[in-house]
Parts: sequence; structure tokens; C-alpha cells
Amino acid sequence: MTLLEVSGVSVSFDGFQAIDNLSFSIGEPELRAVIGPNGAGKTTFMDIVTGKTRPDSGHVLWGEENRNLVGLSEQAIARLGVGRKFQKPTVFEAQSVRDNLAMALKAPRGPFDVLLRRNIDEGRLHEVAAEIGLEDHLDRPAGALSHGQKQWLEIGMLLAQEPRLLLVDEPAAGMTTAEREHTTDLLNRLAQRHAIVVVEHDMAFVRRLGCKVTVLHEGRVLAEGSLDHVTQNKDVIDVYLGR
Amino acid sequence: MAVSESLPLRPTPRPATAPSTWVFLGALAVFTLVVTVMASQGMISTAFVKTLGKTLCLMLAAVAMDVVWGYTGILSLGHMAFFGLGGYMIGMWLMYARTENIVAPALAQQPLPPTQDEIRDAIGSQIFGVVGASDFPLVWMFSHSLVAQLALVVLVPGLLALVFGWLAFRSRVTGVYLSILTQAMTLALALYLFQNDSGLRGNNGLSGLQNIPGYEQVPQATISLWFLWASALALALGYLLFAWVVSGKMGSVLRAVRDDEARVRFLGYHVEGFKLFAFTLTAVVTGIAGALYYPQAGIINPAEIAPIASIYLAVWVAIGGRGRLYGAAIGAALVSLLSSWFTGGGAPDINLGVYTVQWTDWWLVLLGLSFVCVTLFAPKGIGGLVDLVQARRVPDRQGDYGPDKGAKRQEEGRE
Repeated sequence: MTLLEVSGVSVSFDGFQAIDNLSFSIGEPELRAVIGPNGAGKTTFMDIVTGKTRPDSGHVLWGEENRNLVGLSEQAIARLGVGRKFQKPTVFEAQSVRDNLAMALKAPRGPFDVLLRRNIDEGRLHEVAAEIGLEDHLDRPAGALSHGQKQWLEIGMLLAQEPRLLLVDEPAAGMTTAEREHTTDLLNRLAQRHAIVVVEHDMAFVRRLGCKVTVLHEGRVLAEGSLDHVTQNKDVIDVYLGR
Repeated sequence: MAVSESLPLRPTPRPATAPSTWVFLGALAVFTLVVTVMASQGMISTAFVKTLGKTLCLMLAAVAMDVVWGYTGILSLGHMAFFGLGGYMIGMWLMYARTENIVAPALAQQPLPPTQDEIRDAIGSQIFGVVGASDFPLVWMFSHSLVAQLALVVLVPGLLALVFGWLAFRSRVTGVYLSILTQAMTLALALYLFQNDSGLRGNNGLSGLQNIPGYEQVPQATISLWFLWASALALALGYLLFAWVVSGKMGSVLRAVRDDEARVRFLGYHVEGFKLFAFTLTAVVTGIAGALYYPQAGIINPAEIAPIASIYLAVWVAIGGRGRLYGAAIGAALVSLLSSWFTGGGAPDINLGVYTVQWTDWWLVLLGLSFVCVTLFAPKGIGGLVDLVQARRVPDRQGDYGPDKGAKRQEEGRE
């Protein structure tokens, strides 16, 4: 079943065509890697899906009811079930790991809900903390974590939201080999139930994911298919791999 | 998703409110008691009791300011507009009821008993004679009712904050531009109230507010104590309310909005809703603080809500320490009391031979310098001193206990 369908989306910034008539769709469950050289439009694509950037044309359809996400606010899209992990880990450094996770946990999001319903799902919080290996660091300020741990915390915040679609921007940056393997395991496991889009530069990482790959170039889909398929594509070799 | 089987649940119960809350409330209770005893022994003057009572109201406004600025990150330079509005709302009833108590008996002396309309007209010409009018403007329609005016103390600042905040936050105005907007709001309100036909007696403002209708026989010494108690109670309740609001997940989200509001949106929180909540709630509490302040001050006029008042409020919070409620309270108390000491002629002039430093003129320079110094050298303000003391008692260990392998690891230290 198709969960997200992006069709004919274009956006330009001051004359620069960041996304040019892009079409893309992902099912649920499915794991998809998006690769492409710098400036290919990977981050802009995520910005459009999450509502940060409004496209000049085209639509982004979501879910069973084919709801158009274009024009919805960031928080509305997030509440529909789109979670995002940023390339640069953006956790709330002044707050503890526990507070960061508690904020992300799936729960009613209105000001009065947050004010009055104070009990946090501790079981779920510890479950996520165990998954990301930060159980012993719950009371430390997030700012005191190492770069790799911040990456994990951000992944944990994504898990805690229980989204249907996970947009994951360079999850393995700054991780050790063991951590990269843990990340690929985690993503593969999640992909049994969720739709996941992973943006990644690291080919070895993408190979370990073993999933369908979409190659973006100059805001368009250049090729799509298995990693072996796209790496043999002449266009892909020209713009990306051949360099 | 599959997760490790055994979950080592380590419950770390966190108090709903910080221990500093109870220390603060205890200190406030002791302070109120001491002032009450000293005042009844005649050791401090009624005027000083009033100054202390007013200071408690300013502290409440500062605590509210800390929630909206220190926690939520909205530097509102217009919160004293809500303070003033609260004062105007209660002032209208105080003036009306007191004038009625004077006018009605006088009219009753006449051969024909006065009608209700005659009494009302007489009150009107008493109150508005000073601006050359005698009819009650529409805004005074509820001024005869204490209950209605008390409701307005909450509703008027609350509604203004709700409408203003909704418009400003919805357009995603942030940072310095939002501060300028709030500044413009309080300036516009002050300029409007300065006009005679605004219905609130123009630059004369409302006066005689220290006389409480129905209690004309009670000496001011007693009334000043009543207001001191009421102000202390309001501060205690307001402090508890805000301590509760900024604890737990709500506090987390508010601080997250302050630090990175774009990220909070991607977590699914409606940032504008949270800002509006903090802005409106603090406006309401500030309005209540104003309603307790002005009966002790005795007079309110539009100059009270000039932009400078709100800037002072921000300076108090900055000097006291943003992001902690007691810091804001301490800052407001210290700076406002020092201010009245310096400007009230309490501080002796310093004769430098060629020039005499008169503190009534130089106080603002001193305040400005301290503000700059705090911002540059002690961004945590006076409240930061508490951290220094605590850090000395409990060393904040982040890593392991020693460099060699035999040293205890951090995990052991927790056991």
C-alpha cells in the first residue's frame, strides 16, 4: 500500500531549481535509501514532506485518504505520523535525556493536555532508551552527550514519536562501525512495520540496508531500483559514482 | 518493535516542584510574619509596610515575566500594560464606590430624597469633573459592582494578551521584532489612556485608591497590613502555580520552544499554542498583581504603563536570574527596593570635591551599569550564586572518578 506519494513537485529558491518535477512514492512497510550528490535536493525533499518548505507546484499525498500535505503546518504533518531525524543532531541540549525522550513520546500534544496529563509512559521511555543504549544516561543533560550519543538520542526521539513514516537524514554520520551495524539492524527491523526513507552518502551503509535505492540529481529522480541496478546505470555513474 | 527482554526499570521519582519552591514559600511566610509583628509594634512605618506590600506585587509580576521570558523565550516588553490594566480595573470600583459613599449621604440631606439616577450623575460629575465631563463612559458600566470589576481584573489583561498574542505568534513574529511589537502595544495603550476622552480620566488617572470603600474607619496602618497579607498570598499562590507549570513535561516543552522552536514543531507540538498559553497566563497573573499593587500605591495614571516600566521588569528578571523563579523574585525585590532607597533620598550624596554625586540623578546610571555588567559577566544573575554554593557542596561529576583503572567508575558512584 502506498503511504506517501509525491507527484510533480517543483520548488525554486531565488531562481535556483532545487526540486524539478519530482515524483516519488513509498509504501508501508518499506525501506528506501535516497542518495545523490550535494545539492541534489535530498534535504529540500524532506523539507517539503515535513511542511517546512512549501512547493511551487505539485502535491504530496498521504495515507489511506490521500490527504494533501501541502499547506499543512509542520506540527500537523508530524501529528499525522511523519517523523524526521535531522542530519545535524538537534536535541535539546539544556535538558536531560529523559526530558528529551518524554517530549517526543507519543501522547496528546495540546498545551492543556501537556499541562494536565503529567504521567509519562515510563515503560515505553525505558524501552526506547534501552534500544538506543542511553538507559544509564537518562538524567544527564543532552548537551553532555558525545556526538554519536546525540545521534542515538535523536533516533530515540524519532522512535518515541511512533511515526508511520520516518525520514532519516544521514543516521550513521559520526558513528563507530559497531554503531553503524546497530543502526542498520534497527532500520531493517523498523522497516518490517514502517515506511522509512534514509538519506545517506555512505555507500557501504546503503549496501548493508539492502533496499531499493532512489538516486536524486538536480532535483529529479535519476534512477531507481536495487543498489546494483542503479550503480550500473550510466547516468548515475556520470554524475555521482564516476567522480 | 522488538526490544531487549528485561527492562531494568529504575524509577527515578522526580518531585513535581523543585525544593527551592518550598524554601521560597517558607521565607515569604517568615518575612510576612516579621513585617506584621514589627508593624504592630510600631517599629516600621505604614508607608514602609506599603512599600513592602507593593514590592511583593512587583515580585509576582517578575515571576510571571520569568515564565514568559526566561522559560518560554518571549522577551515581552509590554507586560506592565497588563499590570496597569489590572490596577485600572480595580481602581474603577474603588473610585466609584468611595465617591458613592461620600455623595449619597450628602444628597440624602436634601429635602427631597435623591433618585438612583441623581446619585449616579453626582458620582459622575465628582469623578469626571477633572476632565471636564460628568457622564459615565461606557467602560465604567460595571464599575458599581465589585464582583464584575474583579472579573475584569482577570478578563481584560487576559483577553488583550490572547488577541495580541494570537495575532503576533500566528504570523511567527519572533525575537527582537516581537519585543518591539509588545513595546508598541504598551506605548499605544499608554498614549490612548493619556487622552481625556479615553474615559479613564486621562493623565490624572485614578486616585484615592488607598481608601477602601466600607472601611473608611479602619486606619491605614491596618489596611496596609491587609494588603501586605493579600499580596504575600497572591505571590505564594502565583509562585506555586508557575512552579507547577514549569515543572514536568510542560516546562520541558516551554524550554524547548525557547531553545529551538522549529525542532519542537517537528515533534508535533503547536508552538504558537504554547506561546499563547504562557503569554496569556502570565498576563492574567500580572493583572492580578497590578490590582493588588495600586490600592497600596493610591494612584494609577497612564505613565505607569509607559514602555520604561516593562523594561524595568525585564531588567529585574535579568539581574535576578532568568530561568529560575526565585531569581526573578529576588531581582525584583532587590532592585525595586534599592531604587526607592536611592531615588527617595535614602542614599547619602557623595561629595567628590569638584562634583557631588546625587543618587536621585545617578541611580539610573548605576542601574544601567549593573545591568550591563550582569549581562556580560554573570548571565545567570543573582540566582547564579545558588549554583556556586551548590557546586561547592556537591561536585558535579560527569565522568569517572579517577584516571587509573582502579578508580571507581561513574556507574558505581551512583550506587
